[in-house]
Amino acid sequence: MRPAVIIAVFTLVWLAVSGSFTIPNLLLGVVASALSLLLIRGHIQPDGRRLRPLKALSLLALFLKELALSAWKVALLVASPKMDLKPGILAFPLTVDRDFEITLLANLITLTPGTLSVDVSGDRKVLYVHALDCSDPAGTRRDIANGFEKKILEAFR
Amino acid sequence: MTGAQTIVSVACAIALFLMCAAFFLAAWRVVKGPTLPDRIVALDMLTAIAIGFIAVVAIRTGFNLYIDIAIALGLVGFLATVAFARFVLSHGMQPGDADTPEETTASTKARRGGGHARRLH
Amino acid sequence: MLDLVLALVVAIMLVAGGVFTFLAALGILRLPDVYTRMHAASKAGTVGSGLMLLAAGIHSLDVAIFTRALAGFVFFVLTAPVAAHLVAKAAHAAGYRLSRLTVMDDMREQAAKKR
Repeated sequence: MRPAVIIAVFTLVWLAVSGSFTIPNLLLGVVASALSLLLIRGHIQPDGRRLRPLKALSLLALFLKELALSAWKVALLVASPKMDLKPGILAFPLTVDRDFEITLLANLITLTPGTLSVDVSGDRKVLYVHALDCSDPAGTRRDIANGFEKKILEAFR
Repeated sequence: MTGAQTIVSVACAIALFLMCAAFFLAAWRVVKGPTLPDRIVALDMLTAIAIGFIAVVAIRTGFNLYIDIAIALGLVGFLATVAFARFVLSHGMQPGDADTPEETTASTKARRGGGHARRLH
Repeated sequence: MLDLVLALVVAIMLVAGGVFTFLAALGILRLPDVYTRMHAASKAGTVGSGLMLLAAGIHSLDVAIFTRALAGFVFFVLTAPVAAHLVAKAAHAAGYRLSRLTVMDDMREQAAKKR
């Protein structure tokens, strides 16, 4: 993303948090965003990453749906008298390779039903995922690859 | 009191009751442990419950500044959990945390040499 | 009328948030090891307290306060997985064992191969 886009996003967050939608506050937000971007400029690589707003929105919708579903599933599991657990850590081979995308994927995985990302291998090729139900590791891998990873690739490539 | 106010205050009472129970359950896990990461996770949960409490108090009292307090508590709780995780990472396993209670002595012996082999094959 | 609908929405969110928080705490108590407990805390716990915060935002009937509550909710959703991931990684690196119910551990096998 280009700096202008980042500043715009930061300013929106500023407006939401400060809760006052006036012109002076907007200007203050822009200044604060530019300053904070200046502080972290060393950590973000300006690459040719494109953001497709529609695909990103669809990713957000999928995420909210999965978040509600995952809270519901964990709640059901905990409330059931006999918990049927087959936990395990499985390796998930990553197709996405940029830090930003891996972070996003790891966060999304953590908030989806039954999975929690634990670690990324040193060469950033494998993501280790802890799953509550590891009876079908191949199926879990396929779900992640066809779900979030595909959506991330669509939204940011 | 109008109908709307009654509904909200009854919901507040139910939510407060549920969260009191949740608070005791999470506190029990903090006391019981048995390992440091268990306590960290339970403490993180206590922060989340406290945020819920503050949100309910904000609704009951109509004092909306409480929402900012809840957000600030969330930030502090996150930083505390991160600090705890760094502590575990740098100091390694705590003495006495070697095994969880449901483990048997046999699995303790197998720990060094890939203790899961028994269940994997 | 609008009052009543709004009150119902707030009430449902409050009770749902309370139930999720309670079940998350129950999960922390019932699940067998730290990794599975994290599932309960990071999912049901976040959704529980987030729902309550949103309910407080809606109840205030003020756009400024609602956006602030929404920002808080987004913030919790962003930080909860990071915290869970850090604790899980630290616990695994420090050698805290998985529960006996565990059926597989690719991470341990990887570490064994390197050695």
